[in-house]
Amino acid sequence: MATKQVKLMDIALARSGDKGNGSNVGVIARSPEIYAYLDKELTAARVADHFSEIALGGVTRYDLPNLNAFNFILEESLGGGGTETLITDAQGKVHGLALLHMVVKIDESLLLTIKHD
Amino acid sequence: MNTAKKMIRVANAQGFWGDSLLGPKRLVEEGPVDYLTFDYLSEITMSIMQKQRMRDPESGYARDFIKMLKMIMPQCRDKGIKLIANAAGVNAPACLAATKQALSEIGLSGVRIGIVEGDDILDRLDSLANEGEELVNMDTGAALASVKDDVISANVYIGAASIVEALQQGADIVITGRASDPSLAVAPLAYEFGWSFEDYDKIAAATVLGHIIECGPQCTGGNYTDWRDVQDFAHIGFPVVEAYEDGSFIVTKHDGTGGLINVESVTSQLLYELGDPARYLSPDCVADFTTIQMEQDGPNRVRVHGVKGLPATDSFKVSMSYANGYKILATLCIGGPDAIEKAHIVSDMVFSRMKMLGADIPAEDRFLELFGSNVLYKGIVESPDQPHEILMRLGAKGMDANKLNVMSSEIAPVLTSGPPGITGFAAGRSRASEVVGYWPALIGKDKIKTTVKVEEV
Repeated sequence: MATKQVKLMDIALARSGDKGNGSNVGVIARSPEIYAYLDKELTAARVADHFSEIALGGVTRYDLPNLNAFNFILEESLGGGGTETLITDAQGKVHGLALLHMVVKIDESLLLTIKHD
Repeated sequence: MNTAKKMIRVANAQGFWGDSLLGPKRLVEEGPVDYLTFDYLSEITMSIMQKQRMRDPESGYARDFIKMLKMIMPQCRDKGIKLIANAAGVNAPACLAATKQALSEIGLSGVRIGIVEGDDILDRLDSLANEGEELVNMDTGAALASVKDDVISANVYIGAASIVEALQQGADIVITGRASDPSLAVAPLAYEFGWSFEDYDKIAAATVLGHIIECGPQCTGGNYTDWRDVQDFAHIGFPVVEAYEDGSFIVTKHDGTGGLINVESVTSQLLYELGDPARYLSPDCVADFTTIQMEQDGPNRVRVHGVKGLPATDSFKVSMSYANGYKILATLCIGGPDAIEKAHIVSDMVFSRMKMLGADIPAEDRFLELFGSNVLYKGIVESPDQPHEILMRLGAKGMDANKLNVMSSEIAPVLTSGPPGITGFAAGRSRASEVVGYWPALIGKDKIKTTVKVEEV
């Protein structure tokens, strides 16, 4: 089967926001088949590695198979807390798009499962 | 006795303190709605309001709400639209007085206003400590004693029950202090459909509904990954939910408004600021987000159903803020070549000069962010070697505001005594501002007694 390199953005959507001294990134797969693929590929360890210079306290993943979605908690990712920090993205608003920059290898057949309406 | 309705429409008109004033105005004009909710409060808002109240005893609530009332109340009255707002902030009496004043200014009478109080425990911290409520920091495990003298605000996230009581007493407008965000939407459903708070699945469904709409247009296409699919951001529709007695509901928006409602845009907001999806804690219930079912139900309509819930825990969450020193931030624009190298020289220069003036800032309290050198996607995308321009954000933290303010006098001199290509000082001198620390804790529900008062004006 032919594989293709794509950005996570091509196969998923995301939304992020602050959670205390950290942030959360919700990820939605663009089809149930892609959810099954990301279930194996998009591990907490891989996301932690992707955010190694941002999420300093590690990453936890929760699953919402009913919505083809995952929820990642990025610990210590706001430079010291939403109300105290001086960093620009004090609420982790762009952490969702940051995750969607990840490059993944995927079977081309899975790309065909995405519906365009 | 309220006769049970088949369907009611609940819309969120304000997603935060400072949201567009067009939200409520358009919602009452552009289509049908039965209840408008106004969600003004966040962790930081409570401390700002408490500080405003310290300066002026007549302030400390969402003044925007009063402005809004004057704008929309005549139409709400005509159409029978009820309002639920956590606008009281930390000063319910002042908010009530201003509401009455506003209604009288626009010549409305016979309006029933409900006030829900009891969330503010700032004056009770000593007695609660004596009763054994430790209020340890949920995130760090630290004891409150370490910051108790610096606490600025302390509010309990209260639930929907008291709002339901106000509606039962005929309130047209219900004003609360720190009611939890989703509870503002749980209340009208529980009231209209006569739900018991022990009907956990239905209360959980309403909590999910409240969570979806609490940030206004963030569920109707705002802040959405596939933004090119979103029509007309300027006229984006605020969310309107058609809620049914069986706990199912349809997320939609008024016809002719901009935005996009599909399963992905609603799910995006469902995931916003989420922790463990199987245990979404609210004062009203524990909602299990892994049970939610969603499907498209026509253009810009998404049906949500199947939500399961569990009984609420026996504690309320408390949100406290405390004074935690000061911070200062100055900005300068630096043109290339060698913008990054020059920024580091400028930073060292400013901190050296501060030291010469007796304001030595330890390394761990210094802050330097070079916007344009890859700040947002640090370690994720490649950083440019030679950005043509960067925004230098230089800052410091500390307990002594005067010491930090020395920085403000040593920024402009950099233009004439530092490396070339520095500009953008137009904003003028910055000043040290207070740092507000956030202290989340839990408190036994038996310690909190909310009160409901409804009066007609």
